[in-house]
Amino acid sequence: MTVLNIIFYIAAAIVISATGLAITRQSTVHAVCYLVISFMGTAVLFYLLGAPLLAALEVIIYAGGIMVLFLFVVMMVKDQQSPVDRPSRIKKWLPAIILTGISAVMAGLLVFADPGNRLRPPAVMGTPQEFGLILFQEYWFPVEIVSLLLLAALIGALYLGRREAREEDTR
Amino acid sequence: MTIPFTHILFLAILLFAMGAACAMTRKNLFMILIGVEVMLNAAGIAFVAAAMRWQDMNGQVMALFVMTVAAAEIAVALALIVCIRRRTRSTNANLCSLLKG
Repeated sequence: MTVLNIIFYIAAAIVISATGLAITRQSTVHAVCYLVISFMGTAVLFYLLGAPLLAALEVIIYAGGIMVLFLFVVMMVKDQQSPVDRPSRIKKWLPAIILTGISAVMAGLLVFADPGNRLRPPAVMGTPQEFGLILFQEYWFPVEIVSLLLLAALIGALYLGRREAREEDTR
Repeated sequence: MTIPFTHILFLAILLFAMGAACAMTRKNLFMILIGVEVMLNAAGIAFVAAAMRWQDMNGQVMALFVMTVAAAEIAVALALIVCIRRRTRSTNANLCSLLKG
């Protein structure tokens, strides 16, 4: 049991408890704040798993970018009649249970395919240089597609978010 | 660091289940989005753990793509929420039932 192992389990506990708090809050702002903590813990996990660049991107994009955007919209869209979430029927839980079951079965197959394996410490992998080389040598085409997707999302968000002319007339 | 691969997979599945439960059962549109975010994050953790398990960088690249798609998805979804809020004056997902048969 090395120090890194202990840090890993502490980070995992933080991630799980922060996520659990986030998804049970009634107030959306509180939920987003807990989610930021959860993403910070995930960044620690990424670093321990040999992905320092992804850890940095998790903090910058997820915790820094997406969650701040989320907070902006939550505060902009003030909800007068916030829906009260009551415990619902089993029918609504069914899709969640099925999805989780599928992922659990796939993980079980992975584990039983080669049981007892342990993660070795990263020998040479995971430096940002290596990551960038693989990304732009082998994955240049997906990178282009993803950039197109981001452009489409930008235009779509602009189009959806614009103020309609008719609505302005009625005000 | 020597951690059983099973533990990390268990963590990812637990997070995925939490996100799925949140996305399926909450009525607030923001909480549904938060559930989707948690699910995508769990998938990213599983990808990175698999990348370390098989000492293969491709998993990390996939995690990066998951992150990018999550960013694009959240931008469009937030614009949609603003649009829905303008029409129904609420962020209750149950009110978006115009297309219900």
